[in-house]
Amino acid sequence: MKMDARPPVLAADGLTVQVGRRDVCRDLDFTLQAGDTLVILGRNGAGKTTLLHTLAGLRDAARGAVLLSGQPYGAWPRGHEACLRGLLAQSQPDFFSATVLETALVGRHPYLGRWDWESPDDEAIALTALAHMGLDGFAERQVPTLSGGERQRLAIAALLVQQPRLYLLDEPLSHLDLHHEITVLDHFRGLAAGGAGVAMVLHDINLTARYASHVLLLDGKGGHVFGRAAEVLTTDTLSAAYGHPLRAIADGGHTLFVPV
Amino acid sequence: MAHGQAARRNTGMLSVRRRAGLVLTGLVLAALAAFAWSLSAGALPVSFDDLLAALSGTGGGMEADIIRSLRLPRAVAAFACGGLLALAGALMQVLLRNPLADPYVLGISGGAAVGALGAILAGAAAGWIDAGAFIGALGATLLVFGLAHGDGSWTQTRLLLTGVIVAAGCGAAVALMLSLAPEGRIKGMLFWLMGDASGATRPWPALGLLAIGLAAALPFARELNLLARGEVTARALGVRVGRLRGLVYGLGSLLTAVAVTTVGSVGFIGLIVPHLVRLAIGNDQRLLLPAATLAGGVLLCAADTAARTVVAPIQLPVGVLTALIGVPVFLFLLARHPR
Repeated sequence: MKMDARPPVLAADGLTVQVGRRDVCRDLDFTLQAGDTLVILGRNGAGKTTLLHTLAGLRDAARGAVLLSGQPYGAWPRGHEACLRGLLAQSQPDFFSATVLETALVGRHPYLGRWDWESPDDEAIALTALAHMGLDGFAERQVPTLSGGERQRLAIAALLVQQPRLYLLDEPLSHLDLHHEITVLDHFRGLAAGGAGVAMVLHDINLTARYASHVLLLDGKGGHVFGRAAEVLTTDTLSAAYGHPLRAIADGGHTLFVPV
Repeated sequence: MAHGQAARRNTGMLSVRRRAGLVLTGLVLAALAAFAWSLSAGALPVSFDDLLAALSGTGGGMEADIIRSLRLPRAVAAFACGGLLALAGALMQVLLRNPLADPYVLGISGGAAVGALGAILAGAAAGWIDAGAFIGALGATLLVFGLAHGDGSWTQTRLLLTGVIVAAGCGAAVALMLSLAPEGRIKGMLFWLMGDASGATRPWPALGLLAIGLAAALPFARELNLLARGEVTARALGVRVGRLRGLVYGLGSLLTAVAVTTVGSVGFIGLIVPHLVRLAIGNDQRLLLPAATLAGGVLLCAADTAARTVVAPIQLPVGVLTALIGVPVFLFLLARHPR
């Protein structure tokens, strides 16, 4: 295995995140290495998106630090952090029409100077990303004519075009059918294997069990459980976190969790 | 897929830019044509040769005088203000992420109207009417900004609602002044309200600001594209959203205030021109902003020429013409885009 001499892709050091007066997490410590896939689980309103935005440097932490490739966000030259980490937002507003290709090219912004236009190379990167998300031949379509699932895949393609080292995904599977859920997760597994770090918010425990190397479980009151996926994903922990009893069913080498 | 490959090669961003180049060239030619029409048409028709002679300073006599001291300032004022309003409208639509926004939606024209009509009511000279309009416009801008920005948040809805309420308050003040005004001043007040370029004798500041405003907005055009995709995505891609919004708000307000001061509150240019341009070349702000600026100038210059020639010797307020053209066009656009 190739050793990565670079600092961890992402690290939280004594991180406390608050919404108003409520704690989302207290004194969170974790390290995300290249190749890791972290899944953040928790009930509705537990603060998963808020935490993800804090990890993306879009929001200040109440205490503690977030380190992107070894440095706090403020220490990177302005604009450079967008070359290192990308965020898939939970919703993709489209107030104005644009073509699929224009939308995907948005991901090249951090690499372009103020007066630069996208080059044919940028366009090739965008078309490749669209193809990865099953959007071949969609380049000239207007975004409002796409279905919800197609728009979600377009947003993921725009993130791929950004080519960051750290991918932060807020519910990447929303609106996706079963086939595309697996396509998307397989693609990010491949990126992680190639040296990227991935942290995502998911709601599907079984897909989490299949794809996550690490799991962070938020209880919504400031407490959290962090660890390797197999350690965190137990019926007791999950039942307590979701406030609903779950049962584990063994299926070959996998464990499936079903609500009781 | 062979078909998809072929389609890809023939389209893409390069062809978009080529098409935009054509549109921009066409608009420049249209601007020249609008100026030629505006300078030659009127109670005293002027031939093209005489027009060139008058502009180059070699012509003499009454024709050259009329062109240089009456028609040219008026044409330049109409072109500059049309450009200012269209550019401000395009900026406001991105700022508020609302395709139905126009330069007046945040109460700027209402504030200007209160200032200008107050000056007319007080019997002030023309210079003071302009000053009153400008002060009123900036006052309304600062009021809306202060009220909407008071808690440091920057929500579009809050800004929009504050603007609408301030505009409503200004409307009430305007109605009050109209009902109190003596008979002799009402026509002047109504012309100001509808927008009128006939009194524009000093158009050069507006044209200068148009050039400066466009030059100030263009470096941020790609960031504006990202802003239209949502705040979170824009910030994640490295855009300083707060600073950008402040810039767009300040610039849009200043452009609108100067336009309203020069020709009064001409309606619909700032609303429909960005829409028309968007239909023609898409929503890339790097192309939309210059194209909308040129198209707005052409449209107002042509509308003003029509306003002073179609029922000559009666001069119509140009705002009436732009509204008569603008309302059906806008309803048509709205029917095409039900959202």
